[in-house]
Amino acid sequence: MTDIVRIKNNETVKLAQIPRLPFDSFLEQLAPLMGTGNDVLACFIANSPKEQISGDFEMITLIGCRDTKDIAVFRCTLPASYPSLTNRWPQFHLFEREMAEQFGVIPEGHPWLKPVRFHQVWQGDKDVWGRDPKKHPLVGDMDYFQVEGDEIHEVGVGPVHAGVIEPGHFRFQCFGEKVLNLEISLGFQHRDIERLVIGGPHPATGCQMETIAGDTSVGHMLAYSQVMEALGEHKVGRECRDLRIIGLELERLANHVGDFGALAADIGYLPTASYCGRIRGDYLNMTAMICGSRFGRGLVRPGGSLFSIDPDLRSKLKDFLSLTTRYTKGALDLFFKEPSVLGRLEGTGIVKQEDAKALGLTGMAGRACGLDTDSRRNYPSAFAEDEHPLLCGEDGDVFARAYVRRLDVDSATEIIHGKLDKLTSEPAMQEVSPPRADMLAVSMVEGWRGRVTHIALTNEQGKFSRYKVIDPSFFNWSGLAMALRNEQISDFPLCNKSFNLSYCGFDL
Amino acid sequence: MFSIFRERFRQGYRTNPFPKKEPVLSERFRGLPQLNQAKCKSGCHDCEKCCPTGAISRQGDKMVLDLGRCLFCADCKGCPHGAVTFSTDYRLAVNNRDDLHYGGETLALAKALEKKTLALFGRSLKLRQVSAGGCNACEADVNVLGTLVFDLGRFGIQFVASPRHADGLLVTGPVSENMRAALLTTWEATPAPKIVIASGACAITGGPFINSPEINNGLDDILPVDLYVPGCPPSPYTILDGLLRILDKRG
Repeated sequence: MTDIVRIKNNETVKLAQIPRLPFDSFLEQLAPLMGTGNDVLACFIANSPKEQISGDFEMITLIGCRDTKDIAVFRCTLPASYPSLTNRWPQFHLFEREMAEQFGVIPEGHPWLKPVRFHQVWQGDKDVWGRDPKKHPLVGDMDYFQVEGDEIHEVGVGPVHAGVIEPGHFRFQCFGEKVLNLEISLGFQHRDIERLVIGGPHPATGCQMETIAGDTSVGHMLAYSQVMEALGEHKVGRECRDLRIIGLELERLANHVGDFGALAADIGYLPTASYCGRIRGDYLNMTAMICGSRFGRGLVRPGGSLFSIDPDLRSKLKDFLSLTTRYTKGALDLFFKEPSVLGRLEGTGIVKQEDAKALGLTGMAGRACGLDTDSRRNYPSAFAEDEHPLLCGEDGDVFARAYVRRLDVDSATEIIHGKLDKLTSEPAMQEVSPPRADMLAVSMVEGWRGRVTHIALTNEQGKFSRYKVIDPSFFNWSGLAMALRNEQISDFPLCNKSFNLSYCGFDL
Repeated sequence: MFSIFRERFRQGYRTNPFPKKEPVLSERFRGLPQLNQAKCKSGCHDCEKCCPTGAISRQGDKMVLDLGRCLFCADCKGCPHGAVTFSTDYRLAVNNRDDLHYGGETLALAKALEKKTLALFGRSLKLRQVSAGGCNACEADVNVLGTLVFDLGRFGIQFVASPRHADGLLVTGPVSENMRAALLTTWEATPAPKIVIASGACAITGGPFINSPEINNGLDDILPVDLYVPGCPPSPYTILDGLLRILDKRG
């Protein structure tokens, strides 16, 4: 048996160094790594979508190993039809559906084989669902899970929802008010990002990375930049890493605080709803003070940052942050001390810890179930120097998710103050060498929702032959579906806001 | 109860006096581009290769920037000779697509709706927002208009849940192929007369995703547009300024 190739976060490995295993040997090596709380970080077909494939496909699987805090990298041949991994390890369920949709490979015996984003097959003319491979499929056209019975009714919602919000389709199977099953069908926001990047980096690649999910611009751009830096063997200085972390934590603050406002609005608790809507804007404006954009556009670039924080701006930021922290605390104290609010949060939308583990829930949603799903703790990069305490809840309900968010708000504020205090000289932007040829690079960033993973494969010219993006929402939408089981349908908005998942981050 | 009142007092009155007072934006905010035509030399077509969305081109003897494509990148590589810089002027919304082809002259900012439509919508404009492939940044900064900072309701403008209650659509996103049908259905469900607002580079031209096979490069070939709001994403003030202009409240 060959040794397993292991790398750290933000590292590369030569493709030639990863042994190309037959599928059966891959399973043999994989089995001992599963079932110990490890994460399936990624599983995808590594062939370039632009090359004609004859014969077997090549699959790359990355398993995050908790005990060694590193990533096991597997490469194996994948026949056009293979026994599904999902039945043994449910974390593979969406990856297998994605591979089926993109390349037409069939995971035999997959319990829930449905399209993910509703696009034409990337390769050849084999559509797994028997649709015309020459035509664009109809979005949402699939077999939905249905509960039968005289008193069962179905509620369909979306793609166009009632608020100013992204599109997605939800189908509830209800018995009276009780939801027996919620099925979520997405793909409406699909822009084909993974294929647009092929052959790149192109001039537009950076802008596309910042708009994979606009509320996680810094998270995704940071992951992309770290991939580029790993491929170009470039190490950014501590100053620059600190500046980027300030951007990442401001993004965390803005989103969490905004979501507190949304939760409060759904409960009908207006003080926190109106304060948090405004305070979220204050955090966004702090990001704009640094880089001119409320969403952190331009704050991160491969090789550094386009902006710096001079002493004057630093003291302005510190003052504004202290002031905003006081307002945040006031708004959140009201929220968490109000019995009628707590009554709505506690025991609503529970995700059981075993389900969270099986589905690989990441970030805040996983920590709310008592799991340690902070990638900064689990998969520190080669240059990480900060310690991150475990901030987690217990019960996996809406309260736990709100509680974990509050812990995150406090920790993010502390991190920013610490980083601002340490900033001394101006972080510079340095040229990064072009990506090295025939490499695989991985970067994981703990964004506000959870683990943002980017993986790049380069060809012999050092261009991207495959680029894989995994937003935390990819895993966590399944968590929302589980949270609704046996819950009142009227609790859907509250459960939904407690996760606040990204449609476009999932749809790519 | 007492703590709620105390907190209300502490949080203070926060509604921005806009449009009576101009907003205070970050000094680093990137608004209306400034073009230094002197730096644009004849025979140089570098911009056509460099700008990620192809927003800049040399037409005749001068440089033209398509604000509908511009992403206002902090490291604008559009002109490698540095002919493009950004001012902090947030007012960018126009009525016609052609007005976005900007050569450095005064921008033809949006005008009020025609008299008959203005009589109908001037004091009450209900909009249905449709996200059609947007990254959620445009949506977020539209949503912000509903907070007490902007308090959109005081201008008679409101985002409503149903297209049947709406006087128009505000569309964000490049119109992904998978949202095209839903967008058209929403449009058909909106009673006439109705207006359409394209908010953000994506909705105008496809933005960062321009020419992706899975998108429709914005609204232009799909719906008649009454107001174009450039930006990636547009600042909430840019959107609000545009909305107030078509309602003749910015004179």
